[in-house]
Amino acid sequence: MIYNIIVLVKQVPDTKNITVDAMKPDGTVNRAALPTIFNPEDLNALEEALKIKDEYGAKITVLTMGPPNAADVLRQSLFLGADDVILLSDRKFAAADTLATSYALSLAIKKIGKFDLIIGGRQAIDGDTAQVGPQTAEKLKINQVTCVDDIVKLTNDNITVSRTTDHGFETLKAKLPILLTITSEANIPRPPSVKKTLTYKNAISLIEKHDYDEKYLHSNDINKPFIITTWNHEDINAKIDQCGLSGSPTQVKQIKNIVLEVGESKEIENSDIGIKSLISELLSEHIIG
Amino acid sequence: MNSNEVWTYIEIHNGKIADVSLELLGKAQDLAKKLSVKCGAILLGENLNTYYEMLFQYGADIIYSAEDSILKKYAPLPYTKTVCEIIEKYEPQIVLYGATVNGRDLAPRIASKLKVGLTADCTELQIGDYEKKQKGKVKKYKNILYQIRPAFGGNIIATIVSPNHRPQMATVRPGVMKINKHDKSNSGKVINIKTDIPQELLITEIIEIIKKEKTVDLNSSSIIVSGGMGVGSKENFQLIHKLAKTLGGVVGASRAAVDAGFINSDHQVGQTGTTVQPKLYIAAGISGQIQHIAGMSNSNRIIAINTDKDAPIFQIANYGIVGDLNEVIPKLIETFKKLKK
Ligand SMILES: Cc1cc2nc3c(=O)[nH]c(=O)nc-3n(C[C@H](O)[C@H](O)[C@H](O)COP(=O)(O)OP(=O)(O)OC[C@H]3O[C@@H](n4cnc5c(N)ncnc54)[C@H](O)[C@@H]3O)c2cc1C
Ligand SMILES: Nc1ncnc2c1ncn2[C@@H]1O[C@H](COP(=O)(O)O)[C@@H](O)[C@H]1O
Repeated sequence: MIYNIIVLVKQVPDTKNITVDAMKPDGTVNRAALPTIFNPEDLNALEEALKIKDEYGAKITVLTMGPPNAADVLRQSLFLGADDVILLSDRKFAAADTLATSYALSLAIKKIGKFDLIIGGRQAIDGDTAQVGPQTAEKLKINQVTCVDDIVKLTNDNITVSRTTDHGFETLKAKLPILLTITSEANIPRPPSVKKTLTYKNAISLIEKHDYDEKYLHSNDINKPFIITTWNHEDINAKIDQCGLSGSPTQVKQIKNIVLEVGESKEIENSDIGIKSLISELLSEHIIG
Repeated sequence: MNSNEVWTYIEIHNGKIADVSLELLGKAQDLAKKLSVKCGAILLGENLNTYYEMLFQYGADIIYSAEDSILKKYAPLPYTKTVCEIIEKYEPQIVLYGATVNGRDLAPRIASKLKVGLTADCTELQIGDYEKKQKGKVKKYKNILYQIRPAFGGNIIATIVSPNHRPQMATVRPGVMKINKHDKSNSGKVINIKTDIPQELLITEIIEIIKKEKTVDLNSSSIIVSGGMGVGSKENFQLIHKLAKTLGGVVGASRAAVDAGFINSDHQVGQTGTTVQPKLYIAAGISGQIQHIAGMSNSNRIIAINTDKDAPIFQIANYGIVGDLNEVIPKLIETFKKLKK
């Protein structure tokens, strides 16, 4: 049997490389100044799907919700071996919290239709929330296993996985369909395929800025670029009041730059005398000893 | 029935209440007092009466107890259904969950089903007012839960609110809140919940559980000696081990030191490691990036040892020693041994 797999990926600001330019003077984040990357654990999620494709056969559809330039992570997914990609993009989806995100994703998944497995990353590095996976599973009324570090076995109707817990590992067997979230321990993502990169490097969503003539893009020319399926809120029958900002229960009240509190601070002289007085003080206050 | 209470979801592991649940119960008790409402605990599983006394002592006024052998082990579907039913029936205004692996598996499903907000990994929770400007009008909310957490890789602190939805829900990492002093005289009421779990929700089977003993429990000691990149090598990390041993403490590390292979990740302190609040925290060769500080700044006393006098760690240290840790640490060990006698 061929497994139908949907992989959830997100384009995120590269929080590891935040520079001063990334902060506006009022302390809010200037997203535009941040380089964007493929969320690291989503690459692990896609790799697990590709491993299943290699071993058992699968059709992999990669889904992302984001602004038009999130098409970038879909192009990368095609380079890596995804069979199809879908961009969910609409101004109405903007500023979604995890609940509104999972609402839109779950409707898009229903529109895709058939699936045996949905695979996402454990968490996205922009918020580290790890909520979108379980919230999407709940909306689809399907089972889930989070923090999966290994897919041990797959049969026609069930899957065996290893999961990282707070106390070690557990091996679980569960029925398909199911949603899994994958940790970075699961695998080392493969590099993009050169051949696929050449095939898909011009892949484009019609909502991206492009120099092509629409007519050409809709023509039958075999050299025309691959068109990335793009859906807005109407395409997935989403209720506007459940999308984006209006569908998000959580609101940001305030954002603050971190200001280190300067406590009572003593410089200890780096000498025998300095260190002796420090140790004496800590001993007499029963902090040590 | 709108109870308006403040609840904690109690996590049981191997017949024991998780520490984080007691930490949260303390916080829930404080929040409940501010709001002049009762503090509740939700408990699912088997032989639950063995936990009641402890939960009362640590702050619960009411225990919602869902006893069912099917709930013996955590599984997302039956747990989501049961907790949602209890919340829908008794309508608390706030529910807190430990940000453990299972807490983070369960809480988002509940939020999704109830269509309410959930804020992950809060480091502080407060009650306060909130004003929102909308179409020129100002809407005022009283006594809202402020859910405070780091965001964007720890570079900023955000205060999140969900003013229009109940319950307001948040997860909190273990070790962030302090356990309230327990009160032996405290007692309360138990409400037994009738469970109804259809067979078709039992579709995950646990085949095997492998325990991995952590090489260190950072919260077990009142003294932590942490090393960073400045230690230079795995071999040289012996110096950190030696100081920790001398002082009777345990060894911590920065993520950079873990990534460099100086020590394993169980020792990592910080935003993506363990949050600690020891009596004494010694940071040697650690620059003090915000993600590290997020995990240790609540320590009682902090000593920083760094060759760079401008290292940010000195801004939060109570005692700063500008110097090479290779000279300073042996001196500390020697002096301690001498003075202790
Ligand atoms: C999303 C995210 C999450 C993160 N989570 C964590 C986390 O949980 N915990 C964490 O620690 N980090 C975390 N980090 C990484 C963090 O940003 C820093 O990179 C890390 O803390 C740096 O470790 P360090 O201070 O040991 O190394 P460095 O920053 O390289 O500092 C080394 C210090 O040693 C000093 N030094 C050098 N030689 C000597 C000597 N002989 N004697 C004394 N001092 C010396 C130097 O002056 C310098 O200050 C995270 C980063 C991101 C983006
Ligand atoms: N906008 C999105 N589009 C597609 N998948 C997403 C999106 N946001 C989150 N996910 C998936 O959910 C996981 C957890 O995200 P988060 O809850 O934001 O930490 C990610 O690793 C992705 O697999």
